[in-house]
Amino acid sequence: MIRFARLIDSLVFTPSRNGKLRLIEAYLEGTPDPERGWVMAALTGSLDIRSAKPALIKQMTLERTDPILFDWSYDYVGDLAETVALLWPSPRGINEPPPSVTDLVMGLDGAKKTEVPALIEGWLNACSPDQRYALLKLITGSLRIGISARLAKTALANWSGKGLDDIEELWHVLEPPYVPLFAWMEGRAEKPDSTACATFRPLMLAHPLEDEDIRVLDATEYRAEWKWDGIRVQLTACHGSRRIFSRTGDEIGGAFPDMRDALDFDAVLDGELLVMRHDDSGALEVAPFNDLQQRLNRKTVAAKMAKDYPAYVRLYDLLFDGSEDLRGLPFDERRKRLEGWYARVQPQRMDLSPMIAFDSWQSLGQLRDEARANGIEGLMLKRGDSHYVPGRPKGPWFKWKRDAMTLDCVMMYAQRGHGKRSSYYSDYTFGAWRPDTDGVLELVPVGKAYSGFTDEELVQLDKWIRNHVVERFGPVLQVSQELVLEVAFDAVNRSNRHKSGVAMRFPRIKRIRWDKPASEADTMDHVERLIVE
Amino acid sequence: MKKAENWVQVTPKGLYIEPGDFYVDPVRPVDKAVITHGHADHARPNNQAVLASPETLAIMKARYGANAGAVLEPISYGVTQRIGDVAVTYFPAGHVLGSSQILMEHGGCRIVASGDYKRRFDPTCRSFEPVPCDVFITEATFGLPVFYHPPTDDEIAKLLASLKTFPERAHLVGAYSLGKAQRVMKLLRLAGWENPIYLHGAMVSLVRLYEELGVALGPWRRVSEVKDKKELAGQVVMCPPSALDDRWSRRLPDPVTAMASGWMRIRQRARQRGAELPLIISDHADWPELLQTIDDVAAPEVWITHGREEALKHAAIAKGYKARALALVGFEEDEGANGVLLNEAV
Repeated sequence: MIRFARLIDSLVFTPSRNGKLRLIEAYLEGTPDPERGWVMAALTGSLDIRSAKPALIKQMTLERTDPILFDWSYDYVGDLAETVALLWPSPRGINEPPPSVTDLVMGLDGAKKTEVPALIEGWLNACSPDQRYALLKLITGSLRIGISARLAKTALANWSGKGLDDIEELWHVLEPPYVPLFAWMEGRAEKPDSTACATFRPLMLAHPLEDEDIRVLDATEYRAEWKWDGIRVQLTACHGSRRIFSRTGDEIGGAFPDMRDALDFDAVLDGELLVMRHDDSGALEVAPFNDLQQRLNRKTVAAKMAKDYPAYVRLYDLLFDGSEDLRGLPFDERRKRLEGWYARVQPQRMDLSPMIAFDSWQSLGQLRDEARANGIEGLMLKRGDSHYVPGRPKGPWFKWKRDAMTLDCVMMYAQRGHGKRSSYYSDYTFGAWRPDTDGVLELVPVGKAYSGFTDEELVQLDKWIRNHVVERFGPVLQVSQELVLEVAFDAVNRSNRHKSGVAMRFPRIKRIRWDKPASEADTMDHVERLIVE
Repeated sequence: MKKAENWVQVTPKGLYIEPGDFYVDPVRPVDKAVITHGHADHARPNNQAVLASPETLAIMKARYGANAGAVLEPISYGVTQRIGDVAVTYFPAGHVLGSSQILMEHGGCRIVASGDYKRRFDPTCRSFEPVPCDVFITEATFGLPVFYHPPTDDEIAKLLASLKTFPERAHLVGAYSLGKAQRVMKLLRLAGWENPIYLHGAMVSLVRLYEELGVALGPWRRVSEVKDKKELAGQVVMCPPSALDDRWSRRLPDPVTAMASGWMRIRQRARQRGAELPLIISDHADWPELLQTIDDVAAPEVWITHGREEALKHAAIAKGYKARALALVGFEEDEGANGVLLNEAV
């Protein structure tokens, strides 16, 4: 824990990417197995410790501190682990060394649920505040210290001299603490076998298409298809083993047993998971994203849920046909293989994402602008000769999202952000006008946004908010109803969770309308007209 | 006994002491200002009569020149004098050189306005003295239990260790020019650092003033006098916090940016400041010191001026004191988005 806490602390404070890589490499060099394997699992988000929920840590701390002061402190610090690390009242005279990361993993793994609090208490007592911080970040499974999994794996590649893609793929085949992987990286053993069945293959991702790109890219080299508004998944099936992975490699098959049951073949496919429904004529159409949301983040799913919100996958790509790896083939050939595979296998609950014919960027742009149907987020552009490469290479694939809808709303409440923004008022609730029972216009909140503005604008907004506070409700500031925010969003749906009866999808601040009087902001009528039923 | 709230008022100009017709640390120009210490949010220019410790007056003159005040009246510690119907006595507050608590007695009631204070060792100023009173007016800059400042020696040791680890890099320490800078310099001397300390031009005049007032700080040079900036590798360079990420710092050889402030306790705050080496060194009382001080002066009533006053009020009430948050304006209550407060002493 001592080395790990030092690593975490130095990673938090080292701004440069190269500096961070050097720190991780030095850590790998000086730390034995299995400790470093567990730590790398933590840095890459592959460490799954189920028994230490943040709620438990919070509860344990509340039992030892003044709950009001805890709440204020947490609100101020903006990070649970750091708040607890600083507030935890360590008894004097603890004669125990701080635990190692391996101690933590093994301890929690072998503990009964009722034994966990005592275990954690003992560890927290034995640690300094900095060590407590690292420990809590680790056991609550949310390191979030500005290190991406990619960066951590890059450090492994630099340190070992092995290829990053090899490491990336092996990462999903092997389990923490990756002892065979380290053995191979240190030249003490053969490369572990990555052809095992039903493992996650890192996804290929796209860059957003910028205006400059359109000017230089040759339209004839690219293929287009719709970007469906579901969740990107990888279906892997072989020898009866069936798994559905999210784009980050999390297994989500438990939430979609209907879909998982349909994987009665040997292949690895890339597609979009969607909830479908029947339209008036009885044909299948994509249901609003809200319907899909009902099914996300569940470990298991009730039969009624699966029936009301049936899951389907719209296929984009074929990565493995049986044991044959197709990722080295150009996209055009993979597409032919996919179509052939689909015709041959005729899988249940799947269809092909259709290709869109176009002759110029202009005509394609027009198609994109006209697409207003549910389930279409925009377009995907893929070079006909592109191999399936893990990660987000620049050039072969682009996403060209539909222009967002916008509304002019009035800022109503502001709250401080978390993490890097913990001193800035960066979360804004905004509203639209609606007549109350007496016909007088009042603002009703329609959404909350915390992105879309520049750092400079954030400073201006923060200053404006501090000067326009009307009332405080704990951490929430009510501001005077003066500032108009042009809000962009992908869709607006009905929702009974909000007073206004609507919920926006991915709202963000497009512009700050310093110039516009609040009275000229949009009304609920405007909002209602944008709802896709 | 005349109740404190009957002769002390919170006004837009600041804390007004009616029977003496004066203000404590007024935020706008007034006829008679009684000043606790020289920081710019407490000692402002253009008052008529200004009463303060001799050191505070010297600081105000250095900063404001002729605008320091029309009539400057030095007040020594422990000497009582009458202002109108109020007996006023100054006591050391341990915050920066010349910083004072002000005891005000009227109608049998004793009120102490403590300004800003700390209880730690500070070799550049006199230590805080608890003064028994009926009402204790306290700050609450670090008024949350997460603010525990670790031993200052450990933080100085962190800086010295980093100088050893990275002898090829300049160590740029952001510290407020009044108080913190001189304290860090002096602490470095006490820890055995004998090399010249290099100063940003904005720090020079107050460092000189401290020396004139009898605080020896060892050898120092202006950064601008160093022709070859490579000489600064492995050296301590001090600058105001605002210069840390300014173009000025680009001339230094691959600087390690250190920031000396109580806010460095919170990781995200340190990151926002771009501090690679956060040094938790504060001239304000941390949470345990605030609570200890409330017990030490044992005033039945505690008034809280600026900072996280609600939390301290809550804790004081839990300890059995009467507590009240004064809604005083003009003091930095929080680190603003552009780090305004970090330019003041924290």
